[in-house]
Amino acid sequence: MRRWLLPLAIVILLVAAWQFAARTDAIANALRIEPFLVPAPSDIAQSLWQDRGLLGDSAWTTLQEVLAGFALAVVAGVAFAVVLHLSETLRRAFYPLLVASQTVPIVVIAPILVVWLGFGIGPKLVIIALICFFPITVNTLDGLGSVDPDLVKMMRTLDARRWQIFRRVEAPSALPYFFSGAKIAVAVAVIGAVFGEWAGSNSGLGHLIQAASAQLQTARTFAAVVVLSLIAIALFALLALLERRIAWWGPRVAGR
Amino acid sequence: MHTTSSKAPVAEPRSRVGPTATRESDGEAGAVAISGLSHRFGTLEVIDRIDLSIRPAEVVGLVGPSGCGKSTLLEVVAGLREPTGGSVSVDGDSDPSRLGSCAYMPQRDLLLPWLSAVDNAAIALRNRGIGRTEAREVTAPLLDRFGLKGFERARPFELSGGMRQRVAFLRTVLAGKPVLLLDEPFGGLDAITRGEMQEWLAGALPVERRTVLLVTHDVEEALYLCDRVAILSSRPARIVAELAAPSPRARPRTDAVTSLDFTAARERALAALLGGR
Repeated sequence: MRRWLLPLAIVILLVAAWQFAARTDAIANALRIEPFLVPAPSDIAQSLWQDRGLLGDSAWTTLQEVLAGFALAVVAGVAFAVVLHLSETLRRAFYPLLVASQTVPIVVIAPILVVWLGFGIGPKLVIIALICFFPITVNTLDGLGSVDPDLVKMMRTLDARRWQIFRRVEAPSALPYFFSGAKIAVAVAVIGAVFGEWAGSNSGLGHLIQAASAQLQTARTFAAVVVLSLIAIALFALLALLERRIAWWGPRVAGR
Repeated sequence: MHTTSSKAPVAEPRSRVGPTATRESDGEAGAVAISGLSHRFGTLEVIDRIDLSIRPAEVVGLVGPSGCGKSTLLEVVAGLREPTGGSVSVDGDSDPSRLGSCAYMPQRDLLLPWLSAVDNAAIALRNRGIGRTEAREVTAPLLDRFGLKGFERARPFELSGGMRQRVAFLRTVLAGKPVLLLDEPFGGLDAITRGEMQEWLAGALPVERRTVLLVTHDVEEALYLCDRVAILSSRPARIVAELAAPSPRARPRTDAVTSLDFTAARERALAALLGGR
């Protein structure tokens, strides 16, 4: 409980400062804009309550996209990492491509994906998976590669076959690494969903943000961002909890 | 379903699970012949023409200064490394199928942190395709005999250094190999625990009847635990002296290591060790 105290105090302090600055029109005056364009935290809170139906529906759509895209990335990322780990040749061949996949500007290809795959969930899945795939694959691959070589030697003298070494030593060793990658991935997955929805959609928090900011409904825009952050934080916390349960031998978990 | 009498050797489950079972039954398994063995890493000569033959069930100690190539020698004997010169054979089986005849216990206990004590000890059985439940049934009674009763489900981080080392030793023994290669098995333990573990191993070895090659830099440990001790020079390692142990494995340890025979043997060993530098 005590470790939550400090971050909580900082958040409260920042929100209070923001509230004060917005209510006294300090921000609006400094930026030379209309005061209604700068919502105070209390306005955002009001929007969170008044627009709860709209926000809830949008959040549900976005959450579905994020979960499906993330799941896709986990399956593909882990499979890819395992294949690259087992084959030196494939690793050399594909690792540069893996890095290259991250240089693709998602904002630019998102509209193309919408043209190809339509306004449904399809392009969002691809975009989210494309973003999440990288941290999961790279971390899992690192984990598989950083196994204590003495453990492998020990297993070899105990009659272990290749797949037994993989299953009993390499995979458990890599599991904490996988979770690090997955935690990074799930946080950026939410951004991916917003990009996907901006490129073309008629629902979701990204769509709501786009529509609200176009209509200068700044309080609603911020309310949607708050919900989006809460989704990311909740998913991150869920993964951290799973990590503690499943991969408790990892350095981060064991140390605490 | 298995005999769990306290006198039954640990090797018992081997008869139904291991390919070494047939070899074991003729009573001659575990003869190690090292001849003209040399090894170099690039230009660095580590082992220099070592000859050593070990009878089945004999316990031989290799003592040498730190960094003299002892661990490399064990890895070569284990079949984890091919020597750059000479040969190693176990029961006439030379390279590299001897990997199947030797169980190698490295300096660090190398227990898998995600497995319980019993599952760590049973890993060789699991590697041979025995189901989890059955492997546990075979292993659990042996944990009792190794002084780990009540710790079957404990994770390695919950065990003391001595307990971890015993789990690692049981894991090595359960591999069912005729030859055990022990690399500084008690090197990481404090002096008191090391003494206890030596005494414990001295009691366990006659029951197991395995060929043992024990590498250590502790002259006293080698003389106490082994039938015969070979003294190695500093790198590149060669054998500078061979000593028969005075009264091998007498218990209690404190009596054994203070006897006149023992102290005389220790003097000779230390002199040889110094001469080989």
